[in-house]
Amino acid sequence: MRLLALLALALVLLIALGVALGETPLSARQYAQAFADPASPAGEVLWSLRAPRAVAAALVGAALGLAGAAMQGLLRNPLADPGVLGVSAVSALGAATVIAGGLALAIPGAIELAALAGALLAGGLVVFLAARFRQPETLILFGVALSAMGGALTALVFNLSPSLMATNEVLNWLLGSVANRDWGDIAAALIPAVPGAALTAYAGRGLRMLALGEETAALSGLPMARLRAAAVAGAALLTGAAVAMAGVIGFVGLAAPHLVRGAVSDDPARTLAPSALIGAILLVAADLVARLIPTDEELKLGVVTALFGAPLFALVAWRASRSWRA
Amino acid sequence: MTAALELIGVGVDLAGRPVLDGVSLAVEPGEMVGVLGANGSGKTTLLRAALGLLRLKRGAARLAGRPVGALSEGERASLAAYLPQERRIGWNMPAWRVAALGAVNRPPATARRVALDALARVGMAALAERGVRDMSGGERGRVLIARLIATGAPLLIADEPAAGLDPDAQFLVMGLLRERAAAGAAILVTLHDLTLAARSCDRLVVLAAGRRVGLGSPAEVLNPEVLSAAFGLEGELIVTRAGPVIAVRRETAPYRPPPPTPFAGPNEA
Repeated sequence: MRLLALLALALVLLIALGVALGETPLSARQYAQAFADPASPAGEVLWSLRAPRAVAAALVGAALGLAGAAMQGLLRNPLADPGVLGVSAVSALGAATVIAGGLALAIPGAIELAALAGALLAGGLVVFLAARFRQPETLILFGVALSAMGGALTALVFNLSPSLMATNEVLNWLLGSVANRDWGDIAAALIPAVPGAALTAYAGRGLRMLALGEETAALSGLPMARLRAAAVAGAALLTGAAVAMAGVIGFVGLAAPHLVRGAVSDDPARTLAPSALIGAILLVAADLVARLIPTDEELKLGVVTALFGAPLFALVAWRASRSWRA
Repeated sequence: MTAALELIGVGVDLAGRPVLDGVSLAVEPGEMVGVLGANGSGKTTLLRAALGLLRLKRGAARLAGRPVGALSEGERASLAAYLPQERRIGWNMPAWRVAALGAVNRPPATARRVALDALARVGMAALAERGVRDMSGGERGRVLIARLIATGAPLLIADEPAAGLDPDAQFLVMGLLRERAAAGAAILVTLHDLTLAARSCDRLVVLAAGRRVGLGSPAEVLNPEVLSAAFGLEGELIVTRAGPVIAVRRETAPYRPPPPTPFAGPNEA
């Protein structure tokens, strides 16, 4: 509980920082004005640009952190996360297809739905493979294959895309960003994210039991089939929500659970909630970095997380390989 | 009395190959039955068949008189608990939390108390807070046995509960299972140590290539014929002051029963 309170406090402070800091420096009087009159120009900057952006980053980070924790628990694999297992890639493929096909403007919400559908499809496939192939290494290899397939098909979409504009839009979107999100986008992302979070929370005790292996879990008296389905569906909904909102953001789902494991004595059920909070913290911080580093073209959030995340992945793989051999 | 576990002419094929063939066995409340056999003789498959973890090709498996396939997950867990051979634990949780998984359907405070009690019984009270992946294989095995005991199930099925344990811990664990039997539970275990089996089990069932080649008390079963058929070993059961010991060596020639002694009439004496 203390851990959760501390993380929540840190998150709130970081979001406040995200609202306070930005490219346009504001004077103390302008801050006062923004609080007094939200419709003033300074108020617009704070409450319609920066605040939704910081909250969107927090929401995406929380969704990915929670999805990562649920997948790692479900698959008993410290390397599992929506990115590594290809769920993000297939989700992105769905969205890219819709953007390039010009459906995004024609049907409101088409991108979000396509991202969700992709995530659910890939999530189902991962579970099917996990049931057949028990070794953690094998599953990661399938994840790599699924990721590569998603990437290849997305490249195909680029290849066949008729307009340069659409291609550019897809590319921008694939790099991952929470710039220019408004409160409506956030509300839309909550629609899949909230039930997703509830499902993973429900699955928690099943994840703990799965630590003892499939057979022990099957005989534990817990409704394992239902708990497992809840974990998968929850993780897929959360990933879909995150991808729909911000494109592909790698490594937050992988890193977040590892940052809290020590504090919750490696219990997969108690890893869930703090992983969500730390995922949110990581992404709000990463977005601040992306905004505040002065470059000609603003850094994309997905680029920042990948730059930090890829070395971390190698480190986790190094440590995990020891326990596999044991 | 209804048997806690009943196998009737069970046949199981795995990957198209027969692994169990017409095996029958009943385990009554209050008794401890050991399953012996060479590697690949079907011991683990027998346990898994009894628990409904795989499909039977022939025969039937019943827990407390009810077909195992007809039981709900909750009912099955209330009738039997299982310790698989696999001792890997996915995460480095503290020992007490792993043991508490045996009492998963009880309130958290009760589950913790039951877990700590079970850990104390396997001699692991001092390591209750230690991560299970920071333990030796034998210590982790004891934690998993604590979880098995914490279930309080009326039928405990353990696949090689003594594997990887030091000699004292082996006696400790088998003694604990005997205690559960004395309290009315039915116990079914696979074992490789013949002497340990002879000392701790009420009855033994011996498998060879998926068939039952022996069933009865240790003294009845551990005879030269069965040892030869099941393991290709020459040997016998010797009763010492510390208890029965099975002395064996590799067979120099396949066992043949001794020729029947010709009838000796009173006149020849």
